[in-house]
Amino acid sequence: MKTIADLQLGERAFVKEFRQEDLSLKLLEMGFLPGIEVMLDFVAPLGDPIGVQVNGYCLAMRKEEAATVIVEESI
Amino acid sequence: MKKNPIIAIVGNPNIGKSSLFNQLTGLRQKVGNFPSVTVEKKSGPWMLNDATEAVVVDLPGLYSLYPKALDERVVIDILANPSHEDYPDVVVVVADASNLKRNLLLFTQVADLGLPVVLALNMLDVARDKNLQVNAVKLAMKLGVPVVRINARVGEGLDQLKQAVVQQLESPKISVEKYYFNPAEQFPELIDEVKRTNAISNNYLALHHVQQHDIFSFVPQEKRVAYDKMIEKHGFKESGFQAAETMHRYAVIDGLVKDSVKTVAEFLVKPLWTRRLDKVLLHPFWGYAVFLAVLLVIFQAVFTFASYPMDLIDAGMASLNDWLKAKLPEGALTDLLTDGLVAGIGGVVIFIPQIAFLFFLVSLLEESGYMARVMVIMDKLMRKFGLNGRSVVPLISGVACAVPAIMAARSIGNRKERLLTILVTPLMSCSARLPIYTVLIALVVPSTAVLGFFTLQGLTLMGLYLLGLISALVSAWAIKGRVESAETGYFVMEMPTYQIPRWYHVGIAVWDSVKSFVTQAGKIIVAISIILWVLATYGPGDAISKAEETIQKEQPTLTGAEMENAVAAYKLEHSYAGHFGKFIEPAIAPLGYDWKIGIALLASFAAREVFVGTMSTIYSIGSEADEDNGTIKARMRAEINPKTGEAMYTPALAFSLLVFYVFAMMCMSTIATVKRETHGWKWPLIQLAYMTVLAYGLAFLTYQVLQ
Repeated sequence: MKTIADLQLGERAFVKEFRQEDLSLKLLEMGFLPGIEVMLDFVAPLGDPIGVQVNGYCLAMRKEEAATVIVEESI
Repeated sequence: MKKNPIIAIVGNPNIGKSSLFNQLTGLRQKVGNFPSVTVEKKSGPWMLNDATEAVVVDLPGLYSLYPKALDERVVIDILANPSHEDYPDVVVVVADASNLKRNLLLFTQVADLGLPVVLALNMLDVARDKNLQVNAVKLAMKLGVPVVRINARVGEGLDQLKQAVVQQLESPKISVEKYYFNPAEQFPELIDEVKRTNAISNNYLALHHVQQHDIFSFVPQEKRVAYDKMIEKHGFKESGFQAAETMHRYAVIDGLVKDSVKTVAEFLVKPLWTRRLDKVLLHPFWGYAVFLAVLLVIFQAVFTFASYPMDLIDAGMASLNDWLKAKLPEGALTDLLTDGLVAGIGGVVIFIPQIAFLFFLVSLLEESGYMARVMVIMDKLMRKFGLNGRSVVPLISGVACAVPAIMAARSIGNRKERLLTILVTPLMSCSARLPIYTVLIALVVPSTAVLGFFTLQGLTLMGLYLLGLISALVSAWAIKGRVESAETGYFVMEMPTYQIPRWYHVGIAVWDSVKSFVTQAGKIIVAISIILWVLATYGPGDAISKAEETIQKEQPTLTGAEMENAVAAYKLEHSYAGHFGKFIEPAIAPLGYDWKIGIALLASFAAREVFVGTMSTIYSIGSEADEDNGTIKARMRAEINPKTGEAMYTPALAFSLLVFYVFAMMCMSTIATVKRETHGWKWPLIQLAYMTVLAYGLAFLTYQVLQ
């Protein structure tokens, strides 16, 4: 299953579902709704955390957190 | 789940149905004829899991369930006949993503028959070339059935397709109660009569019986006659109704597709300035270089610029004290007011410039958006020690005062990482330790220049701060395995675009941190100063009240100032504080400390900033009060160790004290803050214990090694 953690820099994807319930509640509040398009915006110098564009803003998250969001290619 | 479920592949012609079929069944496919018609039937096995081998049936391509060609007829002949041997358990509708509306027409028809459906989107590459973007997730939510992206030609997405099919077999999602097109809305009696007379439950299936009974192989002749009679009776127009159905379906599909299929738009990117700054500030080298430079500026501000207002406050409080002493009548109350209360308040106010400077700069960084970048570049490093990128702010703030720093740890969402941050933040050398450091360093470290612009004293000071930082990280690392937490770490944090700080917010942040320091730490410092004054002024028995007599008897040659000092020293030694200092002397002797230092330790147990003040009290009381010998440094340098007859403050003793103060948790306000932030006494007591053990042990080591 492809997750946000697997995205390449600049790659876009649609949010599909969440693997972890507590975190999904938080991410939903931050605008990660199923069907929304996200893009990997930056990767921190040490490879983690990463920054994800969603809803017109950028959210930083750890890779392990990003790995709980299953995505689907958007293009 | 059936052992051999039948999976039918349905779709428009030339959209990769056969490719998908070949991918699923490989070389094991069989070619035959559908029963009773001479249409080629291809079928083959597809292992869904260890126990389930499905039979995949590739049906002829068609645009709608109303067949135009002979071979297309077989599709509706099977799908409308539940007793057909090829009647599917799940239908996979393959759709051309680049032409989704037309493909969804067939999909809605199949779904309306009440069959469990999976929509497989193929030819996404063609859609991409057309600059179309298909949102399979939204589509699945709209359609209420699984939607899978596949590439039938190269065999991508087959696992997801398998999962979707298994899901539809185990717990079918069928949109029965919600027809895309419901013929009963216009011909309720006709549909009702068909359903009743033929034991059909689905409205759309009933419509197909009405419309296509002539081509259904399973409908006997007399039934066909009966259907014709019904059509006549209800005034049903076959082709007109079929046109209406198609138009209705396209209207519905327009709505379905509106949100799911779009032309590819530019992603909303960050503003140009933010992008440019991030290139530098998140850079593997420049990111850290800039952060180090920012730290240097902060330290410079906190320790150099803040010293001017601090000197002013110091001088102001001293002259206020002198003025009060001159104006008020001599006596215990005046002494309490001046040496106790005013000196105590002075000890609080003196730290305000540093705290204000630090929080001014930290909130500037937060307001501008830079702090979020620092947290991002530091998170992975901090995590190695069990901390969080967000721990950077408490740790930096801890250089001014642990009280607001520990409160700043509230922004750390993860309980364990927050707790660890709280536990180690007091190891960062706060500004209250600075006077202790400077006095002791000046006492034993020469101001030799090193490498041109550093001095040995400056390097020693920096070494102490580094020692604090490193021990904070190492302690966090050592504790992290011992704190259990069911929670997983949250780092999730918005990356703001860079902006000019809102000065109002900066002002509020500075005001809040100064206020929390004054109210949290200040109250306790003032209270302790007063208590300490009492302990140092009064003592058990009548030794203090008879001090002058005693001294006169013992040393009758003394006069004037010498006499006063000797009396004062005698009083201190016999005060409660003096008794306590002597009482703990055996415990602190291995660290090189005598009972005078013991008094200072006792005093600074509540607030370490009291140490220097107490030392100056002790030595001003206990030694010659020459005006030119007035500074605390000079007095301490002059102090003689009664045992060795040499200078009391050897490097070994000074460093032992320095190390002790780096580690000791000597701050009531911090303990009170930790208690409030962790909701209990458990963690502040653990913190007090581990820091005290570290302080004592390492000070002991330092003294014994250097001695």
